[in-house]
Amino acid sequence: MAYALQQLINGISLGMIYGLIAVGYTMVYGIIGMINFAHGDIFMVGAFISLIAILMLISGGMMEGPAAILLVLVISMAFTALYGWTVERVAYRPLRGSFRLAPLISAIGMSIVLQNFVQVSQGARVKPLEPQITGGVELMREGNFVVQLSYMQILIIVSTLAVLAIFTWLVTQTALGRAMRACEQDRKMAALLGINTDRTISLAFVIGAALASVAGTLYLLRYGIADFFMGFIVGVKAFTAAVLGGIGSLPGAVLGGLLIGLIETFWSAYFSVQYKDVAAFGILVLALVFLPTGLLGRQEVEKV
Amino acid sequence: MTPSGLAARVRSALVDAGKAALVAFGLFILMVGLRTDVAPAGELFLRTRWAEVGMLCALVFGLRLATALWVRPRLSEGNTQRSAALLSQAGLMFGPALLAVALILPFVPGIGRYELDLGILVLTYIMLGWGLNIVVGLAGLLDLGYVAFYAVGAYSYALLAQFFGLSFWICLPLAGILAAFWGVLLGFPVLRLRGDYLAIVTLAFGEIIRIVLLNWVELTGGPNGISGIPRPTFFGLPFSMGGGPGSFAHFFGIEPSPSHRVIFLYYLILGLALLTNWVAVRIRRQPIGRAWEALREDEVACRALGIDITNTKLTAFALGAMFAGFAGAFFATRQAFISPESFTFIESAIILAIVVLGGLGSQVGIAVAAIVMIGGFELFRDLDEYRMLVFGGAMVAIMVLRPRGLVGSRAPSVVLGGRKRIDASLVGEGRG
Repeated sequence: MAYALQQLINGISLGMIYGLIAVGYTMVYGIIGMINFAHGDIFMVGAFISLIAILMLISGGMMEGPAAILLVLVISMAFTALYGWTVERVAYRPLRGSFRLAPLISAIGMSIVLQNFVQVSQGARVKPLEPQITGGVELMREGNFVVQLSYMQILIIVSTLAVLAIFTWLVTQTALGRAMRACEQDRKMAALLGINTDRTISLAFVIGAALASVAGTLYLLRYGIADFFMGFIVGVKAFTAAVLGGIGSLPGAVLGGLLIGLIETFWSAYFSVQYKDVAAFGILVLALVFLPTGLLGRQEVEKV
Repeated sequence: MTPSGLAARVRSALVDAGKAALVAFGLFILMVGLRTDVAPAGELFLRTRWAEVGMLCALVFGLRLATALWVRPRLSEGNTQRSAALLSQAGLMFGPALLAVALILPFVPGIGRYELDLGILVLTYIMLGWGLNIVVGLAGLLDLGYVAFYAVGAYSYALLAQFFGLSFWICLPLAGILAAFWGVLLGFPVLRLRGDYLAIVTLAFGEIIRIVLLNWVELTGGPNGISGIPRPTFFGLPFSMGGGPGSFAHFFGIEPSPSHRVIFLYYLILGLALLTNWVAVRIRRQPIGRAWEALREDEVACRALGIDITNTKLTAFALGAMFAGFAGAFFATRQAFISPESFTFIESAIILAIVVLGGLGSQVGIAVAAIVMIGGFELFRDLDEYRMLVFGGAMVAIMVLRPRGLVGSRAPSVVLGGRKRIDASLVGEGRG
């Protein structure tokens, strides 16, 4: 029981990281209908930028307290957002209105570029970061087993909820959010009504990249490692989460992320760690066979 | 052009390049300017490299300025249509010429072992490209996990040879059949899925196969792979170096040489690739091939016309997978060693990129794309770690410049009246 509770906590905190990345996938997919294959690598870039920021703060002796973490998050979000913007500008915008596979290939190329750019500029070795946030709250004790909610997990849950709250406000309450939703429904009509669709799409990429960078920072702090290839498998799982939740649906992305995180954690805890990715992908296949539009996705109406 | 017009153009180009350099500064200041290194004691420290940041920004500024002033005006002069037509004209002769070169390549003076090995590699990718083209180009089913079938073929041969001592020539069809079986197995659950859902499920399937190969240590050797896979024989005559009785060299009464095996492997993969091409080209004219193309254009109309969607999709998956299985068995016998590392997602992505860059559905285009991508990749061997960077950049650049691939038009399979070529932008996109 206590063991299961601990796994529940671990699963939720991992799932929130997946959810943050999945939001970026689902937002871009909703607006321009493409899989942004480079999004997982944007997450990786975010992790690296926050690693550099943390090391700068450590060498300045300022890596203490919540203010430092907040500063790292802000630096990482700003610079990673620039990467998101550039990727869209260089690789996707020239292909707008082109046939469907062209942006996908371009995105795969961009993913290779980002991975190898980081490999060249930061080295191929795995970067180990010492734990920056230690300790936690003891929730329950059962025999020798202590259920612990670590401060790191609290940070993950609190910052994810905060970021998602800001994001929800942005999408539902502001003019930008209205423009984004309009583009999602009908891009041509939105353009006719005077919405600058190129700018809106750019901003969707910027916001998606910023969310992915938060995920990258949290992932780095939680697991203490960063390497140039980390974006691939996390990206695929986050995309799985987006599909599971119903692609195009923002709450669905978070829900899907939580589910993937929980499935993965419980599978590793009770069955085998080696096959945890198989479990996540297996669930995806099953979910799509029985729920082809995901959990919260809109039923696609096919016009003939 | 008036002097003032020129001045305005230069000024706007300068401003544009300045903005690009500013963005580059933002991108590179942290990621290039500060490098994280692991100290001997194990902790991380930062090393500054401001000079490189400056150089990169200057490079971006220069490139952007050059494109704005020289390249773009030329592109907009608008002879792309004519050059595309010329290219497709040349394409009709180009295919046979390419085949002739491929046939005599091992006997061309100056072609050594290295060039032949490269030729074998390129032909393997051409074969995989043609196989995937059946699934993506003809049937319009976007498959991101094609390498899984390649892996099934390779491991089928390796395991059958290891545990049952079967020869390559018996295993080759078996590997194809097993891969086709896995193709059908994957095909069943994804029959209802379309487009990107299909893409992500095939990707997941590819990863599942790789993870199982990696972790099922008793059977597959896990990350260590399988080594000592038997080399192919010339219909039972081994290519042994000793040249003893029963060997290839002894049978034909020639001097034993290591190049015999390479030349044999070269012709083997050439034959397999041509078989793939022949089957794909022939089957396009069969009812099933026409059903694939109809399916790619409009699934609903297909159903309304009574085409069996299930069979059509499953045969496309099975046939595409079968050729990947053949290629996999060939790969295993050539390398004599396989491990899950050879079957990562990047391989699927490269094969798909070859198919799309070649122009979906064009056989010659795929061959050219494979030569350009794999040959170009080898050409930049000296660049070491920058090689993949250039490779990915080239993928983006080719897509941006020629989104319809190298051969942007194709001959329709069914025509009324005279034969004509149609532009690829009129062809359906394969929503899966």
